Amino acid sequence: MAALKGEKRYNTFLTVLFALISIFWVIPVIIVVFNAFKLNSYVKTNTFAFPIGEMWAGMKNFVTGMTMGNYNFMKSVFYSFYITIFSTALILLCTSMSAWYVSRIDSLVSRIVYYLCVFSMVVPFQMVMFTLSRTADSLKLNTPYSIPIIYLGFGAGLAIFTFAGFVKSVPLGMEEAAAIDGCGPVKTYFQIVLPVLKPTLISVSILEIMWVWNDYLLPYLVLDKNLYRTIPIQVQYLKGSYGAVELGATMAIILMGIIPVIIFYLCCQKYIIKGVAAGAVKG
Amino acid sequence: MAKTKKPRRVEGGFSSKLIKKPIKKWFPLFMGPTIICFTIGFVWPFIQGIYLSFCKFRVTSKVEWTGLSNYVKVFQDPTFFHAFWYTALYTIVSVVLINVLAFAIAYILTKGIKGSNLFRTVFFMPNLIGGIVLGHIWSMIFDGILSKFDTSILLETKYGFWGLIIVMCWQQIGYMMILYIAGLQAIPEDMLEAAEIDGATGMQKLFKVTIPNMMSTFTICLFLSLSNGFKLFDQNVALTAGQPFVWKGNTQIKTTEMLALNIYTEFYGSNTAARGFAQAKAVVFFIFVAALGLLQLKFTREKEVQQ
Repeated sequence: MAALKGEKRYNTFLTVLFALISIFWVIPVIIVVFNAFKLNSYVKTNTFAFPIGEMWAGMKNFVTGMTMGNYNFMKSVFYSFYITIFSTALILLCTSMSAWYVSRIDSLVSRIVYYLCVFSMVVPFQMVMFTLSRTADSLKLNTPYSIPIIYLGFGAGLAIFTFAGFVKSVPLGMEEAAAIDGCGPVKTYFQIVLPVLKPTLISVSILEIMWVWNDYLLPYLVLDKNLYRTIPIQVQYLKGSYGAVELGATMAIILMGIIPVIIFYLCCQKYIIKGVAAGAVKG
Repeated sequence: MAKTKKPRRVEGGFSSKLIKKPIKKWFPLFMGPTIICFTIGFVWPFIQGIYLSFCKFRVTSKVEWTGLSNYVKVFQDPTFFHAFWYTALYTIVSVVLINVLAFAIAYILTKGIKGSNLFRTVFFMPNLIGGIVLGHIWSMIFDGILSKFDTSILLETKYGFWGLIIVMCWQQIGYMMILYIAGLQAIPEDMLEAAEIDGATGMQKLFKVTIPNMMSTFTICLFLSLSNGFKLFDQNVALTAGQPFVWKGNTQIKTTEMLALNIYTEFYGSNTAARGFAQAKAVVFFIFVAALGLLQLKFTREKEVQQ
């Protein structure tokens, strides 16, 4: 009885301890909120203070931030969303199809593609960044509307590897049955294989969304910086050129940039955490 | 997964005619887009990158073959060496801290304390916020603290180093924790029960049952944090971008510059003739990171054989 009580008390102690540690994890985000509503001159001197009294800036920082650097921030939000959604969709569709082909057909081409994919996973971006941005420029792939092609190219490795690992464990029986019933490969793929792949699709899409949304260097090098800036590019640009002067407005921009992410996380956190765990075990 | 008891392995004849032939006809649809994009986005830039590392840039588009001279220069470049050792030091410290703390947190959270799910959600949250944004948030926080002592994170190397360690721990502990939790949950319950019946203490259970059964998770986490450390770029740029700078003879050393940033500045610095040299640095960097990857593969294979 006494031991049980002791254990209970110990567990309560751990809960309190973790609650305190959690504060350390949440505080940076709260400080961003504080400073987004704080007048510029106080951001550096009173970073940790609640924006109250003479420090309160209202929506001023948001208004300034919206057009800072002669660039409408809403455009950045749009490009970030557009690139993330279309790149992820393209990667999911094309790589899952290729992974199915690679695992079902044992030919030289299949093997070359598969091993090149595995190989590409260990190649750091710095190795290809210069030549990749040059290639993208010469092929006119330097707009947000065509950058999904680049993302598919550079991100295909991990996605094909993950899908192929899963397809190999799917029994052939269902596909055979479909074939006997007169179902062609395209129909078989979309109506039989794709639904079975659903858990892997979710897991890969989570990893790709997290990568593409937060990616800085690839879009920075590929896109025309004066016309197209994603959220990370705009944040880095503003910090570099206005950061010291307009700290409050920069924080307002950062806050607007992380709100979609936090909402996405709170809505799908179950899938996100599962997807990350599954993705790494396979990879 | 559990539902499929016996995956039917039909090799050759039957399935081959029925399934494989029709699929092969659709090669352009299934493989075409991926192969084209993969060539544009990876294969061609990679081959070109290898070629350019042996060249010198003349005018913007003209290059001249110079053999190994770029590579010779890489191994004589003091900034590259500084970046290498700085990256190595950072990686060792961060890998140890991140994995020890992440495992400790995962271990306690799987013991069923109240609020486990909430804590897990909170600890993982920073991974959703990108490196650039994280770096700027933390640089504001560090400067908010350091300005009280009339200094800044940009003024001292040690602030930049420990600042980066704090940021990366804050971000990556949550990620590794998720992987460790998955590993901990995969340990068969009866094994732990058997140990308990045999009178094993909590510590004994941890070191004799739990940890030996999670070796593959440890391998994954260690190598993941190792290669993350070596490839780190965004947080490095956003937090210090190499500052403070010091002069050693006539070369400027950026004291908190890591390898990826060193390569980046060489490529896009004012001297466009140095691009071949920068590409040679990138190839050396690639060989190093790839060697880590191969090592990981070897370790994972060995573990699989044992099990």
